[in-house]
Amino acid sequence: MTTSAFEYHAPISVSGAVQLLAQHGENAKLLAGGHSLVPLMKLRLAQPEVLIDLGKIESMAYIREQGDGLAIGAMTTQTQLETSSLVKSRVPMLAEAAGMVADPQVRNVGTIGGSLAHADPAGDLPAVVVAVGAQLVTSSTGDHRTIEADDFFVDLLTTDLRPTEILSEISIPGLPPHTGTAYAKFGNKASHYAVVGVAAVVTVGSNGVCQSARIAVTGAGPKAVRAASAEDALTGSNLDDSAISAAAGRAGDGITDFNEDVHASAEYRAHLTTVYAARAIRTAASRAS
Amino acid sequence: MGSSISITVNGTVHTGEVEPRLLLAHYLREALDLTGTHVGCDTTSCGACTVILNGAAVKSCTLFAVQANGGEIKTIEGLANNGELHPLQEGFWEKHGLQCGYCTPGMIMSAYDLLQRNPDPSEQEIRSGLSGNLCRCTGYHNIVKSVQFAAEKMRS
Repeated sequence: MTTSAFEYHAPISVSGAVQLLAQHGENAKLLAGGHSLVPLMKLRLAQPEVLIDLGKIESMAYIREQGDGLAIGAMTTQTQLETSSLVKSRVPMLAEAAGMVADPQVRNVGTIGGSLAHADPAGDLPAVVVAVGAQLVTSSTGDHRTIEADDFFVDLLTTDLRPTEILSEISIPGLPPHTGTAYAKFGNKASHYAVVGVAAVVTVGSNGVCQSARIAVTGAGPKAVRAASAEDALTGSNLDDSAISAAAGRAGDGITDFNEDVHASAEYRAHLTTVYAARAIRTAASRAS
Repeated sequence: MGSSISITVNGTVHTGEVEPRLLLAHYLREALDLTGTHVGCDTTSCGACTVILNGAAVKSCTLFAVQANGGEIKTIEGLANNGELHPLQEGFWEKHGLQCGYCTPGMIMSAYDLLQRNPDPSEQEIRSGLSGNLCRCTGYHNIVKSVQFAAEKMRS
C-alpha cells in the first residue's frame, strides 16, 4: 500500500547528507536501497517525516584494496559484492553471502550499509561482518568513528549508530594465510530471509589443527552474535567430524531467546543453529589451503 | 509538496511533479498508462512489478519514483521492436510459459536481466535467476523452457 507522506531529499555528497541528518535529527531516516525500509513504510510500521536518499551519492559505492583486505563503500549493492573478483579473492564468504541475500532484483538495489544499519535479525550480511571482524566507519558532522563489528549490533534492529551518523564504509581486514570461509543458511522459501544463518572463518595449521575460528550466527536471536563457545571448542581441535560436531553443538550457547515465529519455533531454530554451524565450519575448513 | 522528476521510459523522456511517496510501479501504471507492470503482492516477494532500471532488474513496488529520477527504465512494453516480439515474448508464446499471465511481464523482465548477464544459463541458473518471481499457475516448468527458447534464439 502507500506509505505515509514524507519530505524527500537527495543529496549528492556525504557532507550534504550529514548536514541534512544533523538538521532533521530523529525525524529523518536514511534511504539506501530501501528494501528493508520501504516495505516497513508501506505497512506503516515506519512513518519517518523525512527521507534522506543516499542513492545519488556516487562516492559512497566502491570496493577497494586496503592492505590485504578491503574497504567497501556503504552504498555498494549486494550484486556488486557478489560479482566482484576482488571480493571473491580476498573475502570469498562476503561474495557468497551477498549472493544468497533475497533474490536478484533485491540484490540489485540492496546495499551492504543499509543491511548492516537496519540490522534485521534475519539478515545475512551482519553475520558475515561479525565473523570477519570488520570495522564499520561512520560519517557525521562531528567525529568519524570506527566501530568494531562485535560492538556494532546491539539489539533487535538496533545498532551502535547515533541518530546523526551515517555508516559510510566497511573495512575488512585481510584473512590470514590458510584460512577458509563459508556462509551457510536455511532460508525462508518465499523471502529467502535466514531462518538461521552461520558464517565461519577457520584458520588451519600445517598439521591440520584449527589455529583459530570466528563463527557468527544470524536469524536465531534478536541480532547477529559470535558463537564463542563453538569457537573455543573448535580451536586446537583436529577438525575431524566429531570435533566439528562437538563445536557446532555449542553454536547456540550464547543465545538465550531463540526467535519463535510462523517460520520456525525456537526449538527448531536452536536445532538449525547446530546443523548450519556444522555445515559452515566443515566447508570453511575444507577451503583453508 | 511535489518533487520534479525526469525519467526515460522505453526510450521516451517523461518529466513531471510527483509526491515523493509515489511508488515507481504506480508512476508507470497511472502516470504513464504503462499497465503491463503489475502489482501482485505489494510486499517485495512476487516480482510481478519487475522492470529494468539503469540496466538492472528491480521490483518497482519497492522503489519510489523519485529514486529513479534521471534514470532509464525498460518495461514489458519496451521489449517488442516495431511490432516484432522479443525472443523472450516469443518463447513464452511458443513454450506456453503463461496461463493467467499476471506474473508474466515480471518474469520476462527478470529473464531479460538474467540473459544479459548470462547468455547461456543452465536450467539451475535460470531457476535461481528467477527466484525473485513467483507464479501460482504454471509450476515454473514451461517458464524455464520459454527462457531456454529465448536464450538459444538470442545466441544465434
